[in-house]
Amino acid sequence: MHAINYEAPKSLDEAVKLLAAHGEKARPLSGGTDLLIQLRAGTRRPEFVVDIKQIPELTRISFSLQHGLRLGAAAPCISIHENSDMRKYYPGLTEAAHLIGSLQIQSRATVGGNLCNGSPAADTTPALIALGAQARVIGPKGERTVPVDGFCLAPGRTVLQPGELLVEFHIPAPERHSSDAYLRFIPRNEMDIAVVGVGAALSLDVSDDRVVEARIGLGAVGPTPIFAAEASKSLIGKTLDAAAIENAARLAIAVATPIDDMRGTAEFRRHVVGVLTRRTLAKAAERAREANQR
Amino acid sequence: MSRRPRDPHHNEKIAAEFDPAADDGGPKLSRRSFLKGAGAAAAVAGLLGVQPAAADDAAPEPPLAGAAERLGPGPATFKLRINGATRTVTAEPRVTLLGVLRDHLGLTGAKLVCDRGACGACTVHLDGAPVTSCMMLAIDARGHEITTIEGLGAPDRMHALQDAFVAKDALQCGFCTPGMTMALSAALEANPNPSPAEIKHAIAGNICRCGTYPHVIEAALAAAQAARGQA
Repeated sequence: MHAINYEAPKSLDEAVKLLAAHGEKARPLSGGTDLLIQLRAGTRRPEFVVDIKQIPELTRISFSLQHGLRLGAAAPCISIHENSDMRKYYPGLTEAAHLIGSLQIQSRATVGGNLCNGSPAADTTPALIALGAQARVIGPKGERTVPVDGFCLAPGRTVLQPGELLVEFHIPAPERHSSDAYLRFIPRNEMDIAVVGVGAALSLDVSDDRVVEARIGLGAVGPTPIFAAEASKSLIGKTLDAAAIENAARLAIAVATPIDDMRGTAEFRRHVVGVLTRRTLAKAAERAREANQR
Repeated sequence: MSRRPRDPHHNEKIAAEFDPAADDGGPKLSRRSFLKGAGAAAAVAGLLGVQPAAADDAAPEPPLAGAAERLGPGPATFKLRINGATRTVTAEPRVTLLGVLRDHLGLTGAKLVCDRGACGACTVHLDGAPVTSCMMLAIDARGHEITTIEGLGAPDRMHALQDAFVAKDALQCGFCTPGMTMALSAALEANPNPSPAEIKHAIAGNICRCGTYPHVIEAALAAAQAARGQA
């Protein structure tokens, strides 16, 4: 690993000043579970590593039924699955955070880092997309809000400009009968990169089992994680029967643009998008029917 | 430390594919090479400036306050809480926690194997949670309580898991054993009555080349039972 300068700002203000001053010479350090590998391999060579974990906004998790969730970009995955509100109200995002690497990795890895790393196969990103998460970004020109479904631009590239920092995610408060789910396919039981990942979030009107809101996010089947907009829209107003689920799965497959690689062929991945879309929708629906969030 | 043979041009190849100075301001990286890079062998860790370190009972550093601190790229002197003692180390910011443990403090229980968080041989506890110490900078471990295998037990006062590993013959070469033991001791602390499936999940990040998993799981169940018996 090349020699680095380590900086640890205590406030957003300081962090923005440092990141703006260093520009492309700096890289924020969150859990470090991707960054350290990139530093060792020489794929990133920042002069400055800016540890953002001493900034209070970056590591907090605050939830209320009125305002929804504010999830700090640098909150470690372990703090997500140990949080009872997270498990109750956002079980899909929680299970995605509980799938990254091993427990050892989850003690350090963060949802913000997972997104900013820009991997098409990031586990938490499809779950965030399904929940309609908004990313709060701060930089030298001020603040902006970016929907997570538009955050990634290409493998390893995001909308973040030099000097900008992802602060936190805002996820809307859950509706009365709403929930989410995330499933990924890997050829092993644990410790692998997604061949396909699918996140789904549903809000139901349980009086007639109709879908009020639906969002489906896909991972590892395109150059970036994908919001399956048509598949999501197709469910709204429908009863969640086999035909509606099958139609959504077909539309999800249609927006997937997977590649062949050692983890699976494009054809296999498209097939798995269908399987996992059906399963995540069924799981999210089952949870939403049981949920009584307020 | 000896490293497994690797392509000497590996880094340059990856660096060429992933050039942060690319004209559009972003790395040029295909999906395939991104995922390949993520699964590639790690580069040699730069553990420079190895210096002896002494135990010291002075109070740990006060919580960081005031303006942003800046350290490096040269060696910085800082304190870590390790196995209940405050240790002062002098190391460059790039040195990992594993590097400090092994090369600066002589705590060689945590093993350097994959150097990329994939094998679990370097597992230690950070505030009671298992972490791969190769995957964090030592400087980033300040302010946390670190426990290594040396702090878990000793031959004259073995941890229940260490006794159980001996009784159940849960190791062959033993290289994964400290990491296995640390991962399991954190898991048993969180859940004193685990199922075999929960034990498997707890060691999903620990690889044993000898294939001792069945005995490791037996040992963990036995240790949990023994600990509950004492309670």
